[in-house]
Amino acid sequence: MKFAILTFPGSGSDIDMYHAVKEVLGAEAEYVQHIETDFAGYDAILIPSGASYGDYLRPGALAQSSPAIEGLKAFAATGKPVLGVGNGFHILAETGLLPGAFLRNKGMKFRAGSAKLTVHNTDSKFTADYENGQEVTIPFAHEYGNYYIDEATVAELKANNRIVFTYADENVDGSTEAIAGVLNEQGNVLGMMPLPERAVEEIIGGTDGLPLFNSILKRWSENNVSQA
Amino acid sequence: MSAKHEPNAQQIKDEKLYLQMGMTDEEFALAEEMLGRLPNYTETGLFSALWSEHCSYKSSKPVLRKFPTDGERVLQGPGEGAGIVDIGDNQAVVFKMESHNSPSAIEPFIGAATGAGGVLRDVFSMGARPVALVNSLRFGDLTDARDRYLFEEAVAGIASYGNKIGIPTIAGEVQFDNCYSKRPLVNAMAVGLLNHEDIQKGVASGVGNIVMYAGATTGRDGIHGATMSSSEVTVEEEAELPVMQAGDPFLEKLVMEACLELVKSDALIGIQDMGAAGLTSSAAEMASKAGYGVELNLDLVPQREEGMTAYEMMLSESQERMLIVVKQGREQEVTDLFAKHGIEAVAIGKVTDDKMLRLLHKGEVVAEVLADALAEDAPVYHKKSEEPAYFKEFQAMEKTEPAVNDLTETLKDLLQRPTIASKEWVYNQFDTQARSNTVVAPGASAGVIRVDGTNKGLAMTSDCNSRFVYLDPETGGKIAVAEAARNLVCSGAEPIAITDCLNFGSADKPEVFWQLEKSAEGISEACRKLNAPVISGNVSLSNEVNGVPVYPTPTIGMVGLVHDLSQTVTTEFKQAGDVIYVIGEAAMEFGGSELQQMTEGKIFGQVPVIDLNVEATRQKQLLSAIQEGLVQSATDLSEGGFAVALCEKAFGAQGLGAGVTVSGSEVTALFSETQSRFLVTVKEEHAQAFEAAVTDAVKIGTVTDSDRLVINGDNGTLIDGSVEEFRTAWKGAIQCLLNSEA
Amino acid sequence: MTKVNVYVTLRESVVDPQGIATKEALQTLGFNEVENVRIGKVIELELNGSASDIDAHVKEMCDKLLINKVIEDYRYEIGEVAGK
Repeated sequence: MKFAILTFPGSGSDIDMYHAVKEVLGAEAEYVQHIETDFAGYDAILIPSGASYGDYLRPGALAQSSPAIEGLKAFAATGKPVLGVGNGFHILAETGLLPGAFLRNKGMKFRAGSAKLTVHNTDSKFTADYENGQEVTIPFAHEYGNYYIDEATVAELKANNRIVFTYADENVDGSTEAIAGVLNEQGNVLGMMPLPERAVEEIIGGTDGLPLFNSILKRWSENNVSQA
Repeated sequence: MSAKHEPNAQQIKDEKLYLQMGMTDEEFALAEEMLGRLPNYTETGLFSALWSEHCSYKSSKPVLRKFPTDGERVLQGPGEGAGIVDIGDNQAVVFKMESHNSPSAIEPFIGAATGAGGVLRDVFSMGARPVALVNSLRFGDLTDARDRYLFEEAVAGIASYGNKIGIPTIAGEVQFDNCYSKRPLVNAMAVGLLNHEDIQKGVASGVGNIVMYAGATTGRDGIHGATMSSSEVTVEEEAELPVMQAGDPFLEKLVMEACLELVKSDALIGIQDMGAAGLTSSAAEMASKAGYGVELNLDLVPQREEGMTAYEMMLSESQERMLIVVKQGREQEVTDLFAKHGIEAVAIGKVTDDKMLRLLHKGEVVAEVLADALAEDAPVYHKKSEEPAYFKEFQAMEKTEPAVNDLTETLKDLLQRPTIASKEWVYNQFDTQARSNTVVAPGASAGVIRVDGTNKGLAMTSDCNSRFVYLDPETGGKIAVAEAARNLVCSGAEPIAITDCLNFGSADKPEVFWQLEKSAEGISEACRKLNAPVISGNVSLSNEVNGVPVYPTPTIGMVGLVHDLSQTVTTEFKQAGDVIYVIGEAAMEFGGSELQQMTEGKIFGQVPVIDLNVEATRQKQLLSAIQEGLVQSATDLSEGGFAVALCEKAFGAQGLGAGVTVSGSEVTALFSETQSRFLVTVKEEHAQAFEAAVTDAVKIGTVTDSDRLVINGDNGTLIDGSVEEFRTAWKGAIQCLLNSEA
Repeated sequence: MTKVNVYVTLRESVVDPQGIATKEALQTLGFNEVENVRIGKVIELELNGSASDIDAHVKEMCDKLLINKVIEDYRYEIGEVAGK
């Protein structure tokens, strides 16, 4: 399985994602620049965090002008997994691949730390290795993490089990319904503000992010074995 | 002002216009003598900027020469953008601390942000990838609205720059004292890593080689920032100040990535940040260091405003700009490399053999000055030094113990002092985990990062208790270095080198210069004894409000090497049943202590004694014990003394308390700030080995699985309180102060 | 040269914490008449006149990039400025 780590000018945490997938999980991974348009050679796209385009205009907004966005949309339409974390989630929401938008944190300040999350849906490509209702600890670091969606969308997300993670004890950024991660309708695009790639080693941020990447790998190998 | 309206050379002299630029009569005369003619307006600007304290260290040079700068690990000492120290395996650590005090006093968000940006450029211009940021901050005690504003905005500014560029802030310190009211100190330190073969220098050598300009365009922002940094700034003067240079971390990230790619190219001859005094300092210094000349055509400088004069271009401090010298004929290659990262890089001049800095503008030579005259041969002053009267007075005082009624309440009060209280409010705004190498995040003795791809770590800290330095600069200087080293040792690191930021009042005041001299002597001695040479640094003078200097604050930024990350140790208790040891005995030493300031409202008397031999021995023994795996947790005793340190060990753990017994006078045992002391916990099975390894360790109690912190004295219980209650007080204090209305 | 000012505000239904904080600060300073504060941004566009239907183009710019309709509303003003 081959991961594309899609980077935009200013992406800062691309290195964290690469380290997690390539060096810790031992999977195949390549950086792909925002000027690329064709992702056919990859099995999953990971959009890392950081401040793409300096977070100017709105975080994630200016990435829409990149040539890669059309390719990303086409890739997502094939049903292959796309994961956007932090600023990667901003980009997915701004492109319309995921619902909602982001406001400044309720505390008005950039905030970083470790968030306790509850896992709600373990049927997805991204969460099969977690237990339903499991509490996990995942680092976060953002200024615009206050996820906003209207009531109708909340109802729709709930009805379709698309809310994958919520903040467990403290809603660190003030997100609607304490949402920390959501899926698209097809279930192959996940956006989350916490950063699972920073929780893959005991010595750094714990290992609660590992099951997420393992889920993607496992689902892929199951599908590819059954197809073979 | 257009060039046409600039005063001519004679007017500058007759009307003494150079005074407005910060030059003295003697300096102007010297410039005239060096040139053999009167300098024109642009040239006067060049001299005034490069001869400012910020660029030339003209007042501090004689003091800085005392610092030990050599060591077996040192690859690059002071004099370049940043110092470099070998860490084995062909790798080296690059670091530097810089002040951004004046800009932060005026516009704290921008001032603090650009401070971080500038010091990062110093590090990557050496060829190193920045891997961590550290900061050292000083503010008034938060009772004043302006001080709260300065504090909040400066922290947000540092956070904004570091977070956006994706470099973790992993350590730092904040001290609050009203001597910094309206005159904060904002010191930022950047740490980078490189392989030996990638080391770069800021040199312009090889006749015919091409001088290139890369990065942001040049505007009228920050003109004469270097001169401003070298003079007192008060808030009342705000309206008259030049436009402050704003920072753009996004652009800097692109410039950084391009530069780090460029350092791998053999087209590169030299590279330097356009920091203070912008194009002037980088061009003159690069030429002077290499023994060559540089000729620049200012028409080619990318400009963001119309009609800029040579003077304005040369003195602009627009951010995110680099000056680069490349081999002749390779310009296009370098332009293409930068373009790939979205950055403009253009040739603006060439290296010459006549040692002159020559500037062309609109077809005319607008300045022609020997590069050495601006840089190497800048004047050096031996300022008058005089021991202030207060020092004798304080030294003559008897040592006394502050009067304390309720020990538990006193401890709680101390925990809420902003200097002691949890700094969560600050570091929760920093992305401490960026790059996924942070092993120990802020809140510990020191921050520790993993050296990518190895099992080694780098520990870093910044320290300076300026109250001690004020009361006794020499001892205070020693303590600053020793405390930084203690913090590294308590993390399991071997201290390897320091950078410093010497924040003082005006060096024209003999007593301030005396403080500078004495503290530098103390620092030097401690550096020698603890084997940590000075590899880079920065001087910031004229930190005064209404003519009153801040406490002398020589901030020490220290880096240590963790040989094996499994040996990393943190502050907090690990498990119930572990044995608690204290290393070093308490003496009645309260001069400059937090308890003295709290109970008396001022500091006075003699500071705690420090014996550097004892210090070195204890550090060495403790580090060995840690490296042998005998130690569960370690912390040094600093502000607030024993009781505060014991609390901090409980705060980081969940559900653990302690029961200990101390002897001697209660107040001294609990709160004295005697030096060279540590609190350590050890597994019971390692107790014997630990006692053998650390000769001054005394067993005082055990870690318990209760919520109680119980400290017994010779005559019964001194303190018996709930950890949770103490923790709540300690955690919420800064937020609480910020919420208050004055 | 045509100058277009686009005024962006948060939608009525979206809580504006910056506005609330600013309102409270103004009231603390004694400006008790302040009932509500909403903070937005102004985007100044200078257009070279090559577009035939400015209104349509500005709306498209807003829809495609300048505005996030999930949280933001906008209005704009068109004015002539002297060409350079």
